Amino acid sequence: MENFTPVSSAIGGVMIGSAAVLLLLLNGKIAGVSGIYGALLRPKSGDIYWRVMFLLGLIAGAVAHRMYDGGTEIVVESSLPTLIIAGLLVGFSTRLGSGCTSGHGICGIGRFSQRSIVATVSFLVTGFATVYVMRHLIGG
Amino acid sequence: MNDSSLPKLIAALGVGALFGLGLSVGGMVNPGKVLAFLDLAGDWDPSLLFVMGGGVAVTSIAFHFVLRRPVPLLGGSFSVPTRSDLDARLIIGSALFGVGWGLAGICPGPAFAVVGYAVPDLFYFLGAMIAGAGLYEVTLAPPKQTTAPAE
Repeated sequence: MENFTPVSSAIGGVMIGSAAVLLLLLNGKIAGVSGIYGALLRPKSGDIYWRVMFLLGLIAGAVAHRMYDGGTEIVVESSLPTLIIAGLLVGFSTRLGSGCTSGHGICGIGRFSQRSIVATVSFLVTGFATVYVMRHLIGG
Repeated sequence: MNDSSLPKLIAALGVGALFGLGLSVGGMVNPGKVLAFLDLAGDWDPSLLFVMGGGVAVTSIAFHFVLRRPVPLLGGSFSVPTRSDLDARLIIGSALFGVGWGLAGICPGPAFAVVGYAVPDLFYFLGAMIAGAGLYEVTLAPPKQTTAPAE
């Protein structure tokens, strides 16, 4: 556990939670990223630009962290084909399952939504299982 | 619709930036760290439990008070999911998402935020993710909602 960062991770989590609260308080929207960009693929007039601005903000926030203190280390272990397969899977499945780590994991659980609790348990279980298979059964 | 009023656009940008900052500070943009969290049988890094705990600590308290308001601060109406039934789409979709997350260590928020780090391989992930969402739209997405003729 040499890379354990409870303090910075908890601070990051509070920032993410605060952002989710502000988006609901100010704009009336749930900060679920898969839904925010996914709906742009079936655009409705008047429902486009706030989504684009939010997504640009996500990038700007990471850039700000990088400029302030170099940001965080980025380690990519997966091969390019794996990244592409994983990307297709994540894009498709988060729309099928109506949300991802932010929409279900942070916002949905914050509303005590039964659907989001079940969704979060589902993706955590298969996430743990997938890494176990990849690292300890196949990659071992 | 006034979801694209200027104050709401500025709010969305600022809130998105705070969200992206949190993803970066919390370590969610680092696929290696996410995979270390998902690797229970390896050198487990529980940090991301603190990201989720920090986030849910805020939302679980504050959402309650926000949703007691009749309308959002900048006008319009609240757009919050109302379903409570558990269906196959939810469970299968979420389970498949975990597989993709476990393969790469990236979920949708970090896929966008990490653009700020300009890591070439991760642009392929983002492109594939958007393509995957597009594939859903042309295959399993419910038919486009037909809005009653307005005006």
